[in-house]
Amino acid sequence: MDTKTIKKETNNTEGTERISGSEAVIRCLLAEGVDILYGYPGGAIMPVYDELYKYQDKIHHVLTRHEQGATHSAQGYARISGKVGVALATSGPGATNLITGIADAQIDSTPMVCITGQVSSHLLGSDAFQETDIVGISTPVTKWNCQVTKASQIPEAIAKAFYIARSGRPGPVLIDITKDAQFEEFDFKYEKCKGVRSYIPIPKLDQASVEAAAELINAAKKPMIVWGQGVSLGQAEDQFKAVVEKAGIPSAWTILGAGAIPTSHPLNIGMVGMHGNYAPNVLTNDCDVLIAIGMRFDDRVTGDLSRYAKQAKVIHFEIDPAEIDKNVKTEVAVLGDAKESLAALLPLLEEKTHPEWHQKFKDLYAIEYEKVIKDDLYPTKEGLTMAEVLKEINIQTKGDAAIVSDVGQHQMIACRYANFNKTRSNITSGGLGTMGFGLPAAIGAKMAAPEREVISISGDGGYQMTIQELGTIFQQKVPVKIVVLNNEFLGMVRQWQELFFDRRYASTEMTNPDFVAIAKGYYIDAQKVTKREELKDAVAKMINTDGPYFLEVCVEKEGKVFPMIPTGASVSDIRLE
Amino acid sequence: MNENNLYTVSIYTENNIGLLNRISAIFQRRHINIESINSSVSEIENVTKWTMVVALSEDQMKKIIGQIEKQVEVIKAYYHTEDETIYQESCIFKMKSDLLFDERQIQNIIKESNSRIVTVNKEFFVIEKSGRKEEIDLLHRELTVFGIMQFTRSGRIAVTKEPMEISKMLVAFNQ
Repeated sequence: MDTKTIKKETNNTEGTERISGSEAVIRCLLAEGVDILYGYPGGAIMPVYDELYKYQDKIHHVLTRHEQGATHSAQGYARISGKVGVALATSGPGATNLITGIADAQIDSTPMVCITGQVSSHLLGSDAFQETDIVGISTPVTKWNCQVTKASQIPEAIAKAFYIARSGRPGPVLIDITKDAQFEEFDFKYEKCKGVRSYIPIPKLDQASVEAAAELINAAKKPMIVWGQGVSLGQAEDQFKAVVEKAGIPSAWTILGAGAIPTSHPLNIGMVGMHGNYAPNVLTNDCDVLIAIGMRFDDRVTGDLSRYAKQAKVIHFEIDPAEIDKNVKTEVAVLGDAKESLAALLPLLEEKTHPEWHQKFKDLYAIEYEKVIKDDLYPTKEGLTMAEVLKEINIQTKGDAAIVSDVGQHQMIACRYANFNKTRSNITSGGLGTMGFGLPAAIGAKMAAPEREVISISGDGGYQMTIQELGTIFQQKVPVKIVVLNNEFLGMVRQWQELFFDRRYASTEMTNPDFVAIAKGYYIDAQKVTKREELKDAVAKMINTDGPYFLEVCVEKEGKVFPMIPTGASVSDIRLE
Repeated sequence: MNENNLYTVSIYTENNIGLLNRISAIFQRRHINIESINSSVSEIENVTKWTMVVALSEDQMKKIIGQIEKQVEVIKAYYHTEDETIYQESCIFKMKSDLLFDERQIQNIIKESNSRIVTVNKEFFVIEKSGRKEEIDLLHRELTVFGIMQFTRSGRIAVTKEPMEISKMLVAFNQ
């Protein structure tokens, strides 16, 4: 490794200790404040596991049932806490099984460090047993990665890994350590990484751009904010709230931005995007100034770019320079960390209320309520809706729960209807759309924040992609609440088949097992609800159970999520039915 | 704006294993072919310089530069048009020695193209030529008729007319 890092020059071996590479791995993790890690042992990582055994009173290793589960658990841990999640796996299949979680963490900017064992350095390239080029495979989906073949390289590699994973726009990092490097003894000394010369994590804030942004905002008659995960990643919730309130700007969120200000906040006008709320989507094409904060104009947010906010001047507050003008051309770009940028913006803003502009959002909400929300929350038909399950959870948790969803219809419903009183409460796979994310992510979230109610909400499809993690929940006694909204379909795909493929339901109908029996097989208390009148008591039973609990709710088979912006349509062409 | 142009991309990086993979993946992911690529030391000690040639629109080019600079081990990346750089390529031809005596025209070609004979032995001789792509293309066309035993051309190497402010950035880091 030739990368130049900032460090004091020391030539003596003072303060060093002679230990093995594998022990160094654990000592580095402890120095970085790691208390929990998720993983799965195997041949090439065994020396590290041997050290984990010795250090088990200091660091808690959670044996997941699949390496993919380890990454999603590490992600859930990171997403709720803001700390770096750590996953550990062996070489070959152990390493390749991490890839989905790494790709998910990359696109959702989640700080994660993955450590993989590798065959001994003399075997590299020989097609050895369980050898795979994991550094090559993981390159496009990691923020940084490297291979270590000597024990003496371990401290610097791990220090850099944590620094890079958590700084700037966070992301996943992979360190691949050959088995001989794990066995090798060396003089250990750990120094935290303070900088990498080729890497500027946070661009320097340009006051002139903040002033230009303030000028546009102050002059705006119909300003609108769309905020993303950058607000919570930058721990800028307070500064953000102050900006929103002072300037009186209607503010909408992307799926990962949820909760930075509470759902109930009067200036929170809901979610943008394909299944977002009607008003913020439609009025994106009516506002005169669009203020994007810590978001990246994903195609699921913008719909057709050629018809997205063309009338508006766009201001983009963003930490990653590569996001500026990537999808939407900006009038003013404010590069920097959200907390610092918004704090600089606040004193320059005039106090405003924009009552007429707000009324437009209220009028459109009324339409959405009549056409969609009322029937979702208070259905008159027989079948249970997904939304009424969320409504019951909101009532019984008072909106304080962290909702960990999977991917599909239930995810959109959870994001639309869950009340998020607290930041970092909507843990879901946004960018990659990884089915199977929910259950293992909930394990990590609950372990990182044991004081919080963590509710995993999945569909019957995604749940079965990582269902084996029930074993982890049972073994670790993780008191996570598991809800499966079962419509016996891959519901979102079925919805598209209904709307765009003339109801040809190709491979979307599922014949499901007895989910309650499976949960009980793992000694997890469980029940199944099929009738509306059973729902309230069932949710109460779940919330009031001390340990883990599984609740299956059989919902209407052919429910659809609306509103919906069909692919290729404009945000203002959003369909209500 | 969407018209394709030829751009010279200059990337200053650390000299680390795997960086080629990381940078080429940025192009591969967008289905963009790399016309030529060269990696060498740069004017700064311990800093590697990559020179790549790609054909794409300026809009695409700007976004890709953003993605390249985002890589942790990339210090700085630039793109330049043909007018903004001084560039050269190098090539070598291996040909049958008999041709030197049988085909007098070859000697004229060598002289007029400003190429140079590197070595001659009983079986073959080797010609080297540095220049712009068109000059090398011309020489290649001219020699093809006589039969070329082997031909290799290097990637483009280039310097810019304007200064590149890398050294300043690195000094700032070391402080």
